[in-house]
Amino acid sequence: MPKRADLKKILMIGSGPIVIGQACEFDYSGSQACKALREEGYFTILVNSNPATIMTDPGLADVTYIEPLTVEAVTEIIKQERPDAILPTLGGQTGLNLAFFLMKEGILSRYGVESIGASVDAISRAEDRDLFKQAMHEIGVKTPKSGIATGVEEGMKIGLDIGFPLILRPAYCLGGAGGATAYNKEELEQALASALEISPVHQVLVEQSVLGWKEIEFEVVRDCVDNVIMITSMENVDPMGVHTGDSIVVAPSQSLTAEEYLQFVNLSKKIIRKVGVTGGGANIQFAQNPDNGQIVIIEVNPRLSRSSALASKATGFPIARVATKLAVGLTLPEILNQVTGRTTAFFEPTVDYCVFKICRFTFEKFPQAERVLNTSMKAVGEAMSIGRNFKEALQKGIRSIETGRFGFGADGKDRVKDAELKKPAPALHREIQQKIRVPNDDRLFYLRYGLKLGMSVDELYDLSKIDRWFLDNMKELTELEAKIGKYRNARPTGAIKLPADLLKTAKANGFSDVQLAHLLNSTEAKVRDYRKRHGIQAVYKLVDTCAGEFRAERPYYYSTYETENESVPSGRKKVVILGGGPNRIGQGIEFDYCCCHASYALREEGMESIMINCNPETVSTDYDTSDKLYFEPLTFEDVLNIVELEKPIGLIVQFGGQTPLNLSVPLHRAGVKILGTSPDSIDRAEDRKRFQQLVKKLKLVQPENGTASSFEQARRVAGVIGYPVVVRPSYVLGGRAMEIVYDDHDLAGYMEKAIQVSPDHPILIDKFLEDAIEVDVDAIADGERCVIGGIMEHIEEAGIHSGDSAMVLPTYTLGAEILEQIRLNTAALAKELKVKGLLNIQYAVKNNVVYILEVNPRASRTVPFISKAIGVPLAKLATKIMLGQTLPELGFTQEKPIPYVAVKESVFPFIRFPGADAILGPEMKSTGEVMGIDTTFGMAYAKSQIAAGQKLPTQGSVFISVKNQDKRHLVFVAKKLQDLGFQIIATSGTAEALVRNGIEVEVLPKIHEGRPNILDYIKNDKVDLIINTPAGKATKEDETKIRSHAILHGVPLITTLAGAEASVNGIESLIRQPQMQVKSLQEYHRDIGVRASLYT
Amino acid sequence: MKKKDKAVLALADGTVLEGYAFGARGISFGEVVFHTGMTGYQEILTDPSYRGQIVTMTYTQIGNTGINAEDAESRSVWLSGFVVKEYMARPSNFRSEMTLDQYLREHRVIGIEGLDTRFLTRHLRDQGAMTGVLSTEDLDPQNLVAKAQAAPTLIGRDLAKEVTCEKPYEFYEGLWELGQGHPQPEKPPRFRVAALDFGIKTNILRGLSSRGIAAMVLPAKTPAEEILALNPDGLFLSNGPGDPEPVSYAIAAVRKIVKMKPELPIFGICLGHQILGLAFGCKTLKLKFGHHGANHPVMDLATREVAITSQNHGFAVPEDFFKKEGQAFELTHLNLNDQTVEGMRHRELPIFSVQYHPEASPGPHDAVSRFDRFLDLLEER
Repeated sequence: MPKRADLKKILMIGSGPIVIGQACEFDYSGSQACKALREEGYFTILVNSNPATIMTDPGLADVTYIEPLTVEAVTEIIKQERPDAILPTLGGQTGLNLAFFLMKEGILSRYGVESIGASVDAISRAEDRDLFKQAMHEIGVKTPKSGIATGVEEGMKIGLDIGFPLILRPAYCLGGAGGATAYNKEELEQALASALEISPVHQVLVEQSVLGWKEIEFEVVRDCVDNVIMITSMENVDPMGVHTGDSIVVAPSQSLTAEEYLQFVNLSKKIIRKVGVTGGGANIQFAQNPDNGQIVIIEVNPRLSRSSALASKATGFPIARVATKLAVGLTLPEILNQVTGRTTAFFEPTVDYCVFKICRFTFEKFPQAERVLNTSMKAVGEAMSIGRNFKEALQKGIRSIETGRFGFGADGKDRVKDAELKKPAPALHREIQQKIRVPNDDRLFYLRYGLKLGMSVDELYDLSKIDRWFLDNMKELTELEAKIGKYRNARPTGAIKLPADLLKTAKANGFSDVQLAHLLNSTEAKVRDYRKRHGIQAVYKLVDTCAGEFRAERPYYYSTYETENESVPSGRKKVVILGGGPNRIGQGIEFDYCCCHASYALREEGMESIMINCNPETVSTDYDTSDKLYFEPLTFEDVLNIVELEKPIGLIVQFGGQTPLNLSVPLHRAGVKILGTSPDSIDRAEDRKRFQQLVKKLKLVQPENGTASSFEQARRVAGVIGYPVVVRPSYVLGGRAMEIVYDDHDLAGYMEKAIQVSPDHPILIDKFLEDAIEVDVDAIADGERCVIGGIMEHIEEAGIHSGDSAMVLPTYTLGAEILEQIRLNTAALAKELKVKGLLNIQYAVKNNVVYILEVNPRASRTVPFISKAIGVPLAKLATKIMLGQTLPELGFTQEKPIPYVAVKESVFPFIRFPGADAILGPEMKSTGEVMGIDTTFGMAYAKSQIAAGQKLPTQGSVFISVKNQDKRHLVFVAKKLQDLGFQIIATSGTAEALVRNGIEVEVLPKIHEGRPNILDYIKNDKVDLIINTPAGKATKEDETKIRSHAILHGVPLITTLAGAEASVNGIESLIRQPQMQVKSLQEYHRDIGVRASLYT
Repeated sequence: MKKKDKAVLALADGTVLEGYAFGARGISFGEVVFHTGMTGYQEILTDPSYRGQIVTMTYTQIGNTGINAEDAESRSVWLSGFVVKEYMARPSNFRSEMTLDQYLREHRVIGIEGLDTRFLTRHLRDQGAMTGVLSTEDLDPQNLVAKAQAAPTLIGRDLAKEVTCEKPYEFYEGLWELGQGHPQPEKPPRFRVAALDFGIKTNILRGLSSRGIAAMVLPAKTPAEEILALNPDGLFLSNGPGDPEPVSYAIAAVRKIVKMKPELPIFGICLGHQILGLAFGCKTLKLKFGHHGANHPVMDLATREVAITSQNHGFAVPEDFFKKEGQAFELTHLNLNDQTVEGMRHRELPIFSVQYHPEASPGPHDAVSRFDRFLDLLEER
């Protein structure tokens, strides 16, 4: 079947900001889809609110809108662009839901837009729990016993009929948000209430729990003539009960015979046909009873998903690309398999390795939240590893996740030491059993402790229900560990005596040099040296979709320890780019964006680009982003192995965030050339003492500060500077463990924790500049000249992490003199540090003094945002500078003013962490960002809020409760809101201040004083906006309750005075201009004379 | 962990790979091939078509699901040796009854693990399948290479006679169902066909049974007259090992049957397909490294439908067979990976065959419609 000729223009919906459950995987699938549609000659229109994506680069789609993903905004885009079809299957749950609502509201039919990829019917059948169950019953596929509830009472009845434990799944929710497990009546009642709230259609599935069953997934693709292929199976190591997004997953499945496997295949085919996917992919999740093989279906996602991204990277089969082509009517045999370059896409990949996915969690950021895993996804990122067996993949996976571990324990970082395990105290024994029984992010290591305690595989299985096959493999690792340990040296200076064949076995089973050094009482360097002397070196194997049966064209490699190395270095000049590894709070898609741009730039310069990364969600790990891809952990050992093989002219470490930056000094010491800004300059900026000297030399102003390695030192420093102070460890990202401390007592508590986070580096102590305005600058320099990319003003005051703060470009309250000062300081720093590439500087402005807070000689989180706003691909230019070009040669010599306003807003995962307080502070908590762009600040800010899910109201009631020092300023905000027609609600304290200033206020009792109070108002939808600024250090319990209720019930919540002021500004714009205007990025860029060629 | 015995795999071209032994001990030779399926090692071990071959699994961890009583494709293990990257000694599956190691020991088949199977696969892909010697006794590389060079190849060897049944037997049994094993079909058979056993896989017979076709399974050398004397509704030519040309008795029998009873529906799979081709005057050819896997896309040229198929063959009917003037056969199926012949049918007579395995085992059930096609022919008669 040829592609459809009746379609010309196709609208694609992205997935919006990175949130838990929806991360870069949709940038990956969206970018592939863009390319696939353009290859076929369609005119593509893209909408996504997330500026940090590759897909929103103006070169990718023909027309790109960075606008909120709402029915209103997309309707405007449809009106303006009049597409023939909408492709909703690549924007995750967000894209699918949006398409569904566009259909429901009649927008699609009104403008004659067809939904391709997944028909509206198919979406309904997969997403609507009732329709889904019915469809599955019609084809004889078993589902767990369940019922649909639209109210708590109904849900209780269904639940009690089925019996405990029960799983609750709210309809139309991504990443299992609001999902819960209930073991008793009380839990059921609570969970029902919150699940019903979260579901956008107030519908929840109450389901028989299949806890402990095996969870098996299939990625299935079907074309319009009913060809169906299985891309891969995946088996979750964590059995049912843990969201698959949080589970450790392997591909292919390990514990199925061919006949059993075939059952899943046949069911999958039935299911994808019944759901009605007619040109695209689906992810199907099954549960299998491990005792008798009985299978039930859990769910179907008739779209590209996190799992499909993983499956693509795991097999080399580009699911998004193929699914997109199928959506426009091509069939599988008509599409070329790019990997082999000669076979078609109509085949089923087969692999000759084990793929391991492991998740990155962020519980440390939300200490109040319970540290357990369940059916509501909590992971913020993931890493994938490839090994020739499960053991190797497991150990590489643990290294890849960058939690400071170097494998399956035995790396000197184990919380429970081997000595304790020899004679465990009863409490420890209980703890180990408990941590194995209840899923949590540390369970792997506790399984190892269990094994070392002598627990049998059967015991571990009874506790965890993790398949014995996986446990057996883990056991083999502990056995191997014990064998290696026999060759332990008494002193670290002793020569290594490990027999070569045992060393080889250890390496083939994934042991890192760090682990071996720990086990042998030696050093990583010595192990490496010993290893090389015995000729035991990593070899690289190809991911080729066909297990070696055909020659493959795509150079996508992973390491192992075997005989044949397939990665033959070319004779070309080459550069290695170090990626950012797994997403985490503080290091996400923004950095991957920069890495991709580095690769594009290298290609433009005729240089071979080699990417090293281990994040399967990203565009950087797409096989056609770079000339060569190594899917490897980002550790010193793994990177150096590749560098020694490839012998590149240098490494780019500026773009992947803190991960590669932390590797730059050790790699540099090992003789590896770092391109761009020198490691010494990086160190001058990162090392506090050297930084101080730098600031002094340049006569810049820094908040008073000092460093300390103990509480006593810290107290002395704080005494000199005066409280409040900001304290943080050096060499960390995302404000990890950064706090504002108001007295000695808190300082003592802080120091104790902080030493754990970063034991090798001292703690930094700065004077906290209360109420200062914070400014972020991104600039680019070539060693001589420096050009400002953008100066962004934070909306929130200093003290709130820059990654969490909203920012506006251009600045809106700073005077020309201050801006000039900032420019001069930036240029001086760039020159002194001989920056070659990107530079990010954070300033604080208070009483007309420009303080310098920090300098990061690397790409920052805001690079993609600025690049989109000013139409200049900064990361690409920076790469070319690293290769020796100058700014004048690149034609970028002047800061680019923009006649419009761009606002960056952050999005937060509070809803995933019940119990965590929804306030902002110096520790970063946001997972992603959106961009609002319009002609005025008010409108741009309003768009950013809407895009971030903060539905600013234009009428109704506002509840205000602020700390004392904010009250005076808040009067203006309240007055404005009243003038705009809002009712003001407050508790007595705030009300008093407002009434005194002539504002009418409805007074509510404080929560503990009586009812109805604000919590009742929230639950009864009687409040449309909450402004609640936390009262400094001693946050009151009432406040936490108000905030968490607001989050749970989706009431817009503002926790800073500055945020309140900006929001009122936005609300005013929304009232004045009720019809949202949309404008494409290409048009904005045309307005400022950007050459389109810069991007392509 | 107990100490492992060493084992060596030596190829006729001088390549030597060292590993560790599992299964039986000893020395054996065979044509070394690779199989790219990720599941189904039990089916592969018990598939008589692997007679005379040493099979390398490209998937790396093998033994995970043990061995069960339900998944055997025949009464024994036929291949000469089994090569895996890593043998998993502790299976985990609710149906597992013994380990792969025990099973191989029982059937006196040598296994080797711990070698770079991807290297071996790529080597065979580039150099072609070749004879190898697998040994746990003599570990001297030079000796073994010499033995490999001296060992016979598959060409010209009649292996069917080694794996065929000794006596005729009746077969009527359903496909596998979870918890049921292989239950008897509910309805009594509607047709009875003669099935010439060149190394038949049981799931082919089950595929027939599940459509109401009972089989009289006959030894490979059963003469045409005896077959026709049974008065079958149709004739089935089974899969089997190695080179089809030396199975001359069967080629002759087929020729005779077509002559004596041209209206008799005939269906051939794999070796049966090649024998059919030979009976009609084609010369079969040897493929470089054959097709052994569960993911081969095959297009039905009439409908343009593509099926993902299970395959296992080293010889093939060449495409130019169909280009001959006045050719009675037409090409019906093509392999999309390498454009080789996958199926054919007679233009006038109710005769057709496929090179791939519609019964799967292991593999997908995309192509089961071939059994329906046979049923149609039986019904039309």
